[in-house]
Amino acid sequence: MRFAVWRIFVFIVIAVWPLLWLYQAWADVLGPDPGKVLVDRLGLGTLVLLLITLSMTPLQKLTGWAGWIAVRRQLGLWCFAYVVLHLSGYTAFILGFDWSQLGVELRKRPYIIVGTLGFLCLLALAVTSNRYSQRRLGSRWKKLHRLVYVILGLGLLHMLWIVRADLKEWAVYASIGALLIALRLPPVTRRIPRLTSKKAPSARKA
Amino acid sequence: MLIKFPKASDCHESDVTPESLYLSRRNVLGAAVAGLAVSSLPRWANAGDAARYADVEPGKAPSWFAEKLPSTKWGAVNVKDEAITPFKDATHYNNFYEFGTDKGDPAANAGALKTEPWSVVVDGEVGKPGRYALEDFMKPYQLEERIYRLRCVEAWSMVIPWVGFPISALLKEVEPTSKAKYIRFETLQDPKSMPGQRSGFALIDWPYIEGLRLDEAMNPLAILAVGMYGRELPNQNGAPLRLVVPWKYGFKSIKSIVRISLVSEQPKTTWQSIAADEYGFYANVNPTVDHPRWTQARERRLPSGLFKPNVRDTQMFNGYSDEVASLYAGLDLRKYY
Repeated sequence: MRFAVWRIFVFIVIAVWPLLWLYQAWADVLGPDPGKVLVDRLGLGTLVLLLITLSMTPLQKLTGWAGWIAVRRQLGLWCFAYVVLHLSGYTAFILGFDWSQLGVELRKRPYIIVGTLGFLCLLALAVTSNRYSQRRLGSRWKKLHRLVYVILGLGLLHMLWIVRADLKEWAVYASIGALLIALRLPPVTRRIPRLTSKKAPSARKA
Repeated sequence: MLIKFPKASDCHESDVTPESLYLSRRNVLGAAVAGLAVSSLPRWANAGDAARYADVEPGKAPSWFAEKLPSTKWGAVNVKDEAITPFKDATHYNNFYEFGTDKGDPAANAGALKTEPWSVVVDGEVGKPGRYALEDFMKPYQLEERIYRLRCVEAWSMVIPWVGFPISALLKEVEPTSKAKYIRFETLQDPKSMPGQRSGFALIDWPYIEGLRLDEAMNPLAILAVGMYGRELPNQNGAPLRLVVPWKYGFKSIKSIVRISLVSEQPKTTWQSIAADEYGFYANVNPTVDHPRWTQARERRLPSGLFKPNVRDTQMFNGYSDEVASLYAGLDLRKYY
């Protein structure tokens, strides 16, 4: 497998956070409300991973290194894994497995509805992330996976509706998201400079 | 002035569930820390006060507080069969947005707040307006300990032993005129020591404002607090002077007060200005009226463990119905939330 060490490195760096947080919760250093802290961190982790996933293509364009694309699928799946943990944490620590209350929340709270929609979209991308689905769906696969931009919008809206008094942190994530989308607009993409060029042997003198 | 509470919900301090039942693991560590604390006693603290609550970090009490503390009426109001929240949690899990929006920010940043000297302005519809140095402001009042439930609008709760005096005693001193219908409180505005006030993205229009109807303020349960856990207030908990209204959501209990005004119109409070559909003027604890974004039917009593969540039903008026329900007779609490 190409980039095996790089892929394993990425795997470990991302897998380590939820384990660390769980350890912290167990060791009683997350304060008196550890469940809420875990849910918040996992939610934010999902958003950060989504932004990282979306920055792989621009990075590849910028540097020409194929390693960025080699870990893109893994990153997307990690994003999904984090959102699953986020949802499980919410169900367990915030709702206390009160399923009837979950029904109420799903009907009444816009931020829960938006979050759930985002989760369902991520689910659709996760189950079609394998090679078999790519072959089966053909050109429709690419269209389907453009859903990732919708997911970003839903995720940011979900976070915005939780903010109570200070928009600074949200504004940082929203601007990064906006930048990553702007980089995909054709007029912008054409202007991304290549820092290192692989396919220009004529320019290089051995 | 003494106010007696001959209510059924009263009980003695000795009835409070020992913290050891709650957190036996911390207790071992706590005993060691308490031992240390006793052996290095600050000048004012006698052994009785230090031993009142476990794990209490000694502070640097202003002299007026140290002088008043020994004559405090301990356990003047209590809770039944509910454990007092550990000092560490009550002082490291706070909403005090002047110092940042994370729960740990106030404990981390409030050290910069200078609480001595402190002055309080009393103005508006009163016979005796003025600007008072805090030690003069406090002179007429006898301190009482009030052990109250604290219910945050975010659906978590604690039990905290406050030290303070009833607002009714203050009102007797300052002599409201017949035009006074509401009491309005204002927090310090000092961006130099309050990093939250420096944020360009804050939705809050500083300073923080809160208010009560005059009859609510006269209710014996409503107090101005200057201490907790048998010591002066830590900065992050609203030093040196804060409001405590236990039957209302925590955000009503404004911190670090610099101005108290008696007014004829209902004051526009901070959270009302940000989101009037989510935070009303009354903000009475009410399990039947949801916050638009979450249910208020239940609460997480902190500390709430990861694998042993301490979730309980929220009580009407936070369990103080006997004392305060009559204030709202005939008022539609769905409309006036």
